[in-house]
Amino acid sequence: MTAVPITSAPVVYKPSDYRSDLKPIWCPGCGDFGVLAAIQQALAAAQINPKDLAVVSGIGCSSRLPGFLQTYGLHTVHGRALPAAIGLKTARPDLTVMAVGGDGDFFSIGLGHLPHAARRDLDITVVVMDNAIYGLTKGQTSPTSPRGHVTKSTPYGQSAQPLHPLAIVLASGASFVARGFSSQPKQLAELIKAGLAHRGFAFIHVLSPCVTFYDTYKLYKELVYNLPDTHDPSDLDAAMHYAVESERLPLGIFYRRPPLEPLPRPTPKPFDTQAYLNRFRA
Amino acid sequence: MIQKEDVVIRVAGESGDGSSATGEMLAQAAARSGLHVFTFRTTPAEIKGGPVMFQVRASNSPVRSMGDAVDVLFAFNREAWDLHHADMAPNAVLLYDPEEFDLPAEFTGIAYPAPIGQIAQAAGNRRGKNVAALGVVAALFGLGLNKLEDIVRAKLGKKADLLESNLAALRAGIEYAHQLAKRDPFWMESTGEHDRYVMTGNQAIVAGALHAGVEFFAGYPITPASDIMEGMAAMLPQIGGGYLQAEDEIASIMACIGASYGGKRAMTATSGPGLSLMSEAIGYASMTEIPVVIVDAQRGGPSTGLPTKMEQSDLNIALHGGHGDSPRIVLAPASVAECFHLTVWAFNLAEQYQTPVIVLSDYSLSFRTETVEPFDLSKYPRIDRLRPNGELAAKQYRRYELTANLVSPMVAPGVAYAQYTATGLEHNEFGNPDYTPANHAIMTEKRWGKLAPLQHSREYVRRFGAERAKVGLICWGTTAGPCRGAVYLAGQEDLPVAMLQVQMLSPLPVDAINEFLEQVEIVLVPEVNFQGQFAKLLQAELGIKVRSMTKYTGMPFSRLEILRQIHALHGLAEPVLA
Ligand SMILES: Cc1ncc(C[n+]2csc(CCOP(=O)(O)OP(=O)(O)O)c2C)c(N)n1
Ligand code: SF4
Ligand SMILES: [Mg+2]
Repeated sequence: MTAVPITSAPVVYKPSDYRSDLKPIWCPGCGDFGVLAAIQQALAAAQINPKDLAVVSGIGCSSRLPGFLQTYGLHTVHGRALPAAIGLKTARPDLTVMAVGGDGDFFSIGLGHLPHAARRDLDITVVVMDNAIYGLTKGQTSPTSPRGHVTKSTPYGQSAQPLHPLAIVLASGASFVARGFSSQPKQLAELIKAGLAHRGFAFIHVLSPCVTFYDTYKLYKELVYNLPDTHDPSDLDAAMHYAVESERLPLGIFYRRPPLEPLPRPTPKPFDTQAYLNRFRA
Repeated sequence: MIQKEDVVIRVAGESGDGSSATGEMLAQAAARSGLHVFTFRTTPAEIKGGPVMFQVRASNSPVRSMGDAVDVLFAFNREAWDLHHADMAPNAVLLYDPEEFDLPAEFTGIAYPAPIGQIAQAAGNRRGKNVAALGVVAALFGLGLNKLEDIVRAKLGKKADLLESNLAALRAGIEYAHQLAKRDPFWMESTGEHDRYVMTGNQAIVAGALHAGVEFFAGYPITPASDIMEGMAAMLPQIGGGYLQAEDEIASIMACIGASYGGKRAMTATSGPGLSLMSEAIGYASMTEIPVVIVDAQRGGPSTGLPTKMEQSDLNIALHGGHGDSPRIVLAPASVAECFHLTVWAFNLAEQYQTPVIVLSDYSLSFRTETVEPFDLSKYPRIDRLRPNGELAAKQYRRYELTANLVSPMVAPGVAYAQYTATGLEHNEFGNPDYTPANHAIMTEKRWGKLAPLQHSREYVRRFGAERAKVGLICWGTTAGPCRGAVYLAGQEDLPVAMLQVQMLSPLPVDAINEFLEQVEIVLVPEVNFQGQFAKLLQAELGIKVRSMTKYTGMPFSRLEILRQIHALHGLAEPVLA
């Protein structure tokens, strides 16, 4: 098909060019607004043509994000953004592929996909909006909620401890690991931009509070700090040390290494059915 | 008495003793000589040890099922005799290795000792035992006799030292057979050579997918579907396609959906346990109208069930698995040739109707080899999904446009002004979420309505047997093989029986079925599951009463079992096979 030609070169995309006409369904004050804005900033900074970008998500408040972007979107089922993104990126390496969603998506129902996505190290940028709660289902505890967390589904307090998502992806071989905070959109946009520029699996964990069911704004503002300038992102041990820190919440690029080199593959040739069938001649 | 036109030879032993290789080489030699062959094998679910058998049915006319009773049993050990002698025809011949066990006293038929280990040893290498066995059995019964050396060379040609001792063992086996006084009537020699393929069902599915233009495959290992995945793993990188061994079946189908959303033709292959895991995603593909092909090579269930046995018990989950009103197309091949045929059409239908298509094969079909006539490739076009045509104005693209035939243009990312988000939420023509009552009704009707024309299709039924008959068989999947055998045998007795094989289980081709119903009095529905899943479907969809005939042993029907039921419905005595 022939699309309407874009004549005036070079095209400059502004952050607003990535926004769709759909009004976000999020509660006023939801951290996900900040994430959406940061993604738009990062896309504009990277000058990615909206037609060449696909954003894949699962189910949750956060997973509604692709619909609010004027790009290609695949709003899948709960927890399955990563395998869909991997299929899309494998089939269409020419596209920029992002996977977004919530802590329930990536760390609970879809956790099984996360280490495998990390170890494949495909060029996919992941943005997890972690509010330590299930927002869409109206406030149940999540795998990143603190021990003792009282919610409707844990009226006597959550007895399990929270997991450390960054430690999981680091241990699985992710080549870019970062954390941002929705209330610090400039830094977050920088992190996402760096993730988009990274040619391997880029994992960006975003603290993105849910004002309605677990308002952590005050808490996070107290706990967050920037990784010291002395931190060497190529140092996996140091990255792991920060990843399991729970007293305070470091922000920035924890870890970065060059992505995996692809293995040699045969040079593709067109398929010839008859030649293939001949191998089965009696 | 019905005259036999085939021979059924079963080679049985233990995993690792070479008995299966003997059966396999016998089948290959028979096929190369110009005979039609149909093989059937069972393997233990365990990795090492355990009983195995390989059965070859051969004939100069086409063979479509594993056959009836065993005419020749070659027992490599005592356990093989214990396990298989009950399947022998009344006049069957026993070949046994006297080094392993003595001729069982209770066997009163014709028996030939075949000390295959000794024969091979005398020829220079005891490990050529299975090749010696090949020589003995082929020389005694004629199958593929002039092609044995070819086949042994093809198998061992790369190992020069082994080849010589094996060829010697083969010749020694043949000589041994020649000095036996042959006392049985079984002799099956080819009447002419033919250009045919010898393939398994899984191989034909891989070939069909490749011919259909598969561009992406993701899967997770499971018997009996793994070698579809392995075939794809070998081939897709050679043709520039994408391939993934995923971490589970949910990831497999989601990756296929992602690839298909990206504009590529995608397939996954699994068995029942994997199909169960895929249910939610199949509903998602149905809702978002994303084409995807899912092969379910059925095995015995529920749960892990019988991983190395066949069953037709996934019909219900294929038709209805998943929540909500989620339309899909379900196809079921009955033979190796149909595996190729229906896999190509699975892709074309998925693309044409933008919906998931499930291909229901089963364990028996996955692994059996059949001789297959060459495919007329000109009859297999490649149909692509409808894509937007002409220029698009910004924000005007309607992914789910309500067109006349309810199939909407599907863009792939990379096209300007057509950006949209595919969502599993109910959506409007633009793809935007919309849960209003009227919209849900319209969109539900759209998703079902686009498939409705297939109910009137005549492409996915096959009609056999008499034009009119008292008894009409309606069947699906591999049970069509023994059904055709039963119709053929009934024909030999001048007993008219009609038969309809339904290749498309969803949507059901009701026109063709209704027409068939007018031509018969009693409808008999044989299938290999306990519930009579297809019989119930026919009753529900067509408001008719059928006679369900079920088998749930993990084994396919034989044609004689079905003929027996046909006789009973006619009030006739039990059929007898010569
Ligand atoms: C298979 C399945 N189970 C459960 C649900 C219900 N559900 C929808 S979203 C969600 C959790 C949402 O939490 P999260 O992923 O953290 O996203 P948030 O809404 O907090 O952004 C759940 C349990 C579902 N949609 N699908
Ligand atoms: S419920 Fe929480 S997560 Fe969901 S939109 Fe509202 S504030 Fe955001
Ligand atoms: Mg959440």
